[in-house]
Amino acid sequence: MAGQNGVLLEVKNLKMYFPITQGIIIQRHVADVKAVDGLDFFVRKGETLGLVGESGCGKSTTGRAILQLYRPTAGQVLFDGVDLCKIGGEQLRRTRRRLQMIFQDPYASLNPRMTVGDIIGEPIEIHGLAKSRKERLERVQELLRVVGLNPYFSNRYPHEFSGGQRQRIGVARALAVQPEFIVCDEPISALDVSIQAQIINLLEELQSDFGLTYLFIAHDLSVVRHISDRVAVMYLGKIVEIATRDKLYYDPLHPYTKALLSAVPIPDPTVEEKRERIILVGDVPSPVNPPKGCHFHTRCPIAIDICKEADPEFVDKTGDGHWAACHRV
Amino acid sequence: MAALLQVKNLKTQFFTQDGVVKAVDGVSFDLGEGDTLGIVGESGCGKSVTVLSVMRLIPQPPGKIVDGEVLFDGEDLLKVSDEQIRRVRGNKIAMVFQDPMTSLNPVLTINQQISEALELHLGMNKEAARKRTIELLETVGIPEAAKRVDDYPHQFSGGMRQRAMIAMALSCNPQLLIADEPTTALDVTIQAQIIELVKRLQKELGMAVIWITHDLGVVAGLCQRVIVMYAGHIIEQAKIKELYGHPSHPYTLGLLGSIPRLDAARKSKLTPIEGLPPDLIDAPPGCPFVPRCAYTQDICVQERPELRTVAPEHQIACWVDVKGGKG
Repeated sequence: MAGQNGVLLEVKNLKMYFPITQGIIIQRHVADVKAVDGLDFFVRKGETLGLVGESGCGKSTTGRAILQLYRPTAGQVLFDGVDLCKIGGEQLRRTRRRLQMIFQDPYASLNPRMTVGDIIGEPIEIHGLAKSRKERLERVQELLRVVGLNPYFSNRYPHEFSGGQRQRIGVARALAVQPEFIVCDEPISALDVSIQAQIINLLEELQSDFGLTYLFIAHDLSVVRHISDRVAVMYLGKIVEIATRDKLYYDPLHPYTKALLSAVPIPDPTVEEKRERIILVGDVPSPVNPPKGCHFHTRCPIAIDICKEADPEFVDKTGDGHWAACHRV
Repeated sequence: MAALLQVKNLKTQFFTQDGVVKAVDGVSFDLGEGDTLGIVGESGCGKSVTVLSVMRLIPQPPGKIVDGEVLFDGEDLLKVSDEQIRRVRGNKIAMVFQDPMTSLNPVLTINQQISEALELHLGMNKEAARKRTIELLETVGIPEAAKRVDDYPHQFSGGMRQRAMIAMALSCNPQLLIADEPTTALDVTIQAQIIELVKRLQKELGMAVIWITHDLGVVAGLCQRVIVMYAGHIIEQAKIKELYGHPSHPYTLGLLGSIPRLDAARKSKLTPIEGLPPDLIDAPPGCPFVPRCAYTQDICVQERPELRTVAPEHQIACWVDVKGGKG
């Protein structure tokens, strides 16, 4: 996977465990929540990699571990050739200017006591991107215009805006430091249906205007299909399949991807009548004590004995970049 | 087809410090026995307030049902005494709420919560109620129901909690099940399980279902008829195939155009509905969709359109004839 041209971010064997401790004064380490358990993938410059999976599968943790908001337990996060896990302090702070994040909840991710101008202006100030107050204000107003808001909103407070407008402010804040790579963590899940399309279109326009690279995390497969060039599917801390968008949606290999796709309702009753659904039984197992072998075998409709014993390798099944981890394909 | 539920000109308002919020403003619809009705709309459009008004669960004050009739089995639920409505709730009409994490009592076991309704409405004793609870949990597909019945809600996963909620709703064999966004908080694979479950139960038990959602996809596979709501009004209603085949209100068209579809060819760009849903305080006299509508004419600003029939069993509240079709 390594060494390919145009790769901006490469993740190697990324692991993020959260310790579970017992006791109040002397805390004993009793187990780990294996939120992310060995991921390998890369993102090319200018592309959008979609990351889908159900809640608790570790997709948001992956995004945060890449930005070093959590320090990964093991593995490498190579951004433009530099391993972010190895650097810290001032060097990490300066590198972070190039990686930004858009959060899921536009109600919780903006400080209610700061004006919009201060929210967007703060990263500009921290990274010393404006020489004077006036320049900073001009920059903030320009950013507001870029995300489709009135530039004179800069002295208003977040509560004066609707959900969709707040998400635009979140986007403006991420853009403030002229990043190259943005992790979009479910940026539209908290928004109303009619507003979602506005934000998706905005993200796409910004990508082509500024040459941004996105890691787009979402649970909605229709949206991910719309925005992504390639898609990775996660299940219980592992990536089970990665392929280009069309291959993943038209020719999925992994049984989990197939079930996930068949579960998405389609807004057309004639199509729905004819559809065959693969209904998975049961729930996602706990990441504290994941099943032995393939993590999916407890719900897999085609599991055989080997699936319960051995962890399937994540390999390129077709030889042209369609990776999957399954014994049966 | 006898109408099980008839809602006539329902108006529910909230009296707040900022003014009167007309959350539901003249909603009428019928529901036959064994029917499935979908109510679709965005947050704040009044879909939840409509069904909460039917159950008389609107917090009062600030809310108040100011006008209308809710005829259930011929009886106006808005006029009966508190005692009588309590006998209807959970017994003849049952409800499943959006968030299974907050709508179960965390300090009572699943058995205590489901048995309560059985003891109250059907007069069962503790043992009989417990037996019936276990049966119900088996019906909704909880594994090892006899063992799990004494668990507390936190020991259940999200999908299992929603199943327990459904079991509770089914406990008294209701004639009508109201499901208020029951799968919104769940993952797609679990959502598929719950939808299959409700479809199966409906077939077996013959109850009517009102399914409230913002997801046009869920409704397509489940319901026979759909109501689309916007700003407290019904703006379109039709049989399911008619609505998706010939959507006619600009808002419905906009909604269908703004969501990417899993099975359709990928569009280069989505067509969002511009602007924001309106403020329900001091709504202007015209059609509430005017500020976001691409087909606005003079009359739309002056007068609010009433529902009119555009095809058999297909009504819209719009002055304009928009040629709707697929794609």
